[in-house]
Amino acid sequence: MSAATLRWTVLDAWTMTVRELERRVRRPGALIAALAFPIMVVLMMGYLFGGQMDAPGGNYREFIMPGMFALTMAFGLEGTFTAIAADASRGITDRFRALPLSASAPVAGRCAADLVDAALGLAVMALCGLAIGWNWHDGAVRALAAFGLLLLLRASLVWAGVWLGLVARGPESVMVIQVLVWPVGFLSSAMVDPSTMPGWLGAIAEWNPLSATVTACRDLFGQPGWEAHSWPGRHALALALAWPLVITAVSLPMAVRRYRRLS
Amino acid sequence: MNVVAEALRKSYGDTAALDGLYLAVRAGTVHGLLGPNGAGKSTTVRILATLARPDGGRAEVGGHDVVRDAARVRARIGLVGQHTAVDEVLTGRRNLVMFGRLAHLTRRAARRRADELLETFGLADAADRPAGTYSGGMRRRLDLAAGILLAPTVLFLDEPTTGLDPRARAEVWRAVRELADGGTTVLLTTQYLEEADRLADDISVIDHGRVIASGTPEGLKAELGGDRLDVVIADPGDLAAASAAVERVTGFRPEVDEDALRLSAPVADRVGALSGTLRALDDVHVTVADIAVRRPTLDEVFLRLTDRAQKTTPKEAVR
Ligand SMILES: Nc1ncnc2c1ncn2[C@@H]1O[C@H](COP(=O)(O)OP(=O)(O)O)[C@@H](O)[C@H]1O
Ligand SMILES: [Mg+2]
Repeated sequence: MSAATLRWTVLDAWTMTVRELERRVRRPGALIAALAFPIMVVLMMGYLFGGQMDAPGGNYREFIMPGMFALTMAFGLEGTFTAIAADASRGITDRFRALPLSASAPVAGRCAADLVDAALGLAVMALCGLAIGWNWHDGAVRALAAFGLLLLLRASLVWAGVWLGLVARGPESVMVIQVLVWPVGFLSSAMVDPSTMPGWLGAIAEWNPLSATVTACRDLFGQPGWEAHSWPGRHALALALAWPLVITAVSLPMAVRRYRRLS
Repeated sequence: MNVVAEALRKSYGDTAALDGLYLAVRAGTVHGLLGPNGAGKSTTVRILATLARPDGGRAEVGGHDVVRDAARVRARIGLVGQHTAVDEVLTGRRNLVMFGRLAHLTRRAARRRADELLETFGLADAADRPAGTYSGGMRRRLDLAAGILLAPTVLFLDEPTTGLDPRARAEVWRAVRELADGGTTVLLTTQYLEEADRLADDISVIDHGRVIASGTPEGLKAELGGDRLDVVIADPGDLAAASAAVERVTGFRPEVDEDALRLSAPVADRVGALSGTLRALDDVHVTVADIAVRRPTLDEVFLRLTDRAQKTTPKEAVR
């Protein structure tokens, strides 16, 4: 790739990012609704269900927050998917493709905008968590590292969302994505102890990329977690780094190729 | 020739969307690609605009192969697809600036070009409103503006007025006419004969993925449609007798409009048909209110063409 091409790729990605951010600013209602959702879930989980559940360490709200963070990252996939599928079905993607711009630029712009979304969402949830008694206990640096892991997971899911959005027939099929994402989200150590699940289900949950991130975050925040019996439970931090890299290595080339591919 | 397509083929599963399509568009002209839904118009445009790859055949735009030289082709074309492709949340101006930046204009040039185009397309007053608040015609004009940001030498317009009301359609027609007068080569697809008749210098009629007729609008009408005889009679009671008389003379059972008391049939010999019909109607004592021989409308040409194509190529789509 020549210097000029690289420069244009970066500029194109920037133009795409600006477009996405401008859309947010122009529709503050949608943005507020998107941020209100995690707040609602935190409050619901904390107050409604909190009393019913036993948590390691005894404090359910403390315990639940890392799981909520990670689940929010996973559900972010739906947002990526919907935006990409909407552009594709309205012919905007075709217009991009007929322009002499690099195929990776729209994908990169999408990722940047989605990460801004995710960071905002995490910030709002964290504030909300602080208000109901959650906190980090091992210092700001380790806490920031935990948020970094969460964003890393989100970034890797952007590529998967782009690929799915380009393959799908239109934004309506987001239902299918939900049917896929929700079980994957909950079949993890985010909310439930995998050792209480039937053996094979527990093994799947232990190996779930989401579980690695959740377990590593609990550790970095200095919060109680499930007792780790298994190999993936004991190597959560390494897996929380490795999984997103594997997901990216697989889905990023797929997304870019699909974007460039002529039908 | 600015656009050339030779023996283009493209299949989607069992459907042959294009089945050996030939096309030649002269530089600086408006070429109408006329065909019913599913004829292969969008597929043709998508291949020429480098968005789809043909299974067979070849195509060139501005002398560059659309498959091997896709990047060069992209630098020379503008595309306005079948669906309006603007961001409805952004303002008209921001849309144009964004697409301008993505077309690699400098920031300043993108802004200047956006202003220019907003003015040209009569959108200056609405420039700072979200495109979602525009009327259908305005949105389509914004879409057109985005398509010609780079002053393309060839512009593809896929059904630019489908779904627009008559006023919006006239707005878009005017914009296309102005572009063509400015020297842009335009390939326009449409399902409306009136549109092709009005805008196009040349027309290719396509059905089932191949061209079934081509020529100028006038040429098509003269050459393929043949002339038509219209007879209006005075008394509704005479319709049956008049129909029989016209059929005897022309050899075709006439189309009958019972409300207007009008019979219409294709004819080969203009003068002979006129005098022969008058005589035949006189013989059976039918009073004629009006009689004339005229050129067919494109609708009639089109119906006859697609009808004929169906009769001569019975279902050979699957191969
Ligand atoms: N992506 C696609 N997948 C499957 N079939 C397609 C696809 N695109 C077009 N077709 C089929 O190819 C034929 C021609 O389609 P198209 O070029 O869109 O026609 P037109 O634009 O003239 O209405 C139709 O039968 C259509 O159903
Ligand atoms: Mg079409």
